[in-house]
Amino acid sequence: MNFDKELDARGLNCPLPIIKTKKALNELSSGQVLRVTSTDSGSVKDMEAFAKQTGNELLQSGEEGGSYVFLIKKK
Amino acid sequence: MESKKMAIIATKGTLDWAYPPLILSSTAAALGYEVQVFCTFYGLSLLRKDLSGIRISPLANPAMPMPVPMPVFVQMLPGMEAMATMMMKNKMKAKGVASLEELRTLCLEAEVKFIACQMTVDLFEFKPSDFIDGIEFGGATTFLDFAGSADIQLYI
Repeated sequence: MNFDKELDARGLNCPLPIIKTKKALNELSSGQVLRVTSTDSGSVKDMEAFAKQTGNELLQSGEEGGSYVFLIKKK
Repeated sequence: MESKKMAIIATKGTLDWAYPPLILSSTAAALGYEVQVFCTFYGLSLLRKDLSGIRISPLANPAMPMPVPMPVFVQMLPGMEAMATMMMKNKMKAKGVASLEELRTLCLEAEVKFIACQMTVDLFEFKPSDFIDGIEFGGATTFLDFAGSADIQLYI
C-alpha cells in the first residue's frame, strides 16, 4: 500500500513510538498515510488505542522482517 | 468535541518516580488531552534545569530487581546509590527508553503545563533560575481549579 511519509521507530520503547507518530502525523495533510516501523511489542495495542482515541485511521497493522509495521491515515 | 483533561500531582524526586508523570503526560498530550502537572515537594526536581540530581537508591528498595542479591548493609555503602542510578540509566538507554530530559522536552512541545508549587520553592529556598523556562509558579488553589474538572486526576 502507498504511503506519504515513513517513521522508523525501531529500538524505541513506550511511549516514544506513539509520541513520534503523533509528531509525524502533524506534518501530513488530511488523508495522507504514515508508515511506522517499531520493535516495541506494546506498540501494537498502543497504535490501535491511538487510532481509536484520535480518529486517525489504522489502515494496516502487521509484522515484517522482525518489526511491527503500521499504516495510519491522517483524519 | 472538547478535549479531555488530565491533572497530575507529582511529589516524588527519584528516578523510578520521575518517569510515570512524564510518560503519562507526554502520552496523554499525544492523544489530545489537556494536561497539567503540579510539581510539589520532591516533584520539583522534575523541573530543574539540571536533572542529574534525580537518582535511585538501592537502600530499603526491596522491589528493585538486582543482578545479584544485595544485603542491606551493602546497599548503604558509599557509592552504591551512584552505581544503582548509573546501572538503571544505562539499562534504559540500552532498551530505548527515553531519558527524562527527552520526555520533558516532548511534554513541553505538546504544551503540557507544568506548575511549580510556590510554597515548596519558598520552603527549600530554591531560586526561579534553578528551574527551566516555560513553567508557571502557583499554588494548590489555582491547580485545583483545573483538577476539579479533569477527567483523570493522579497523585504520584
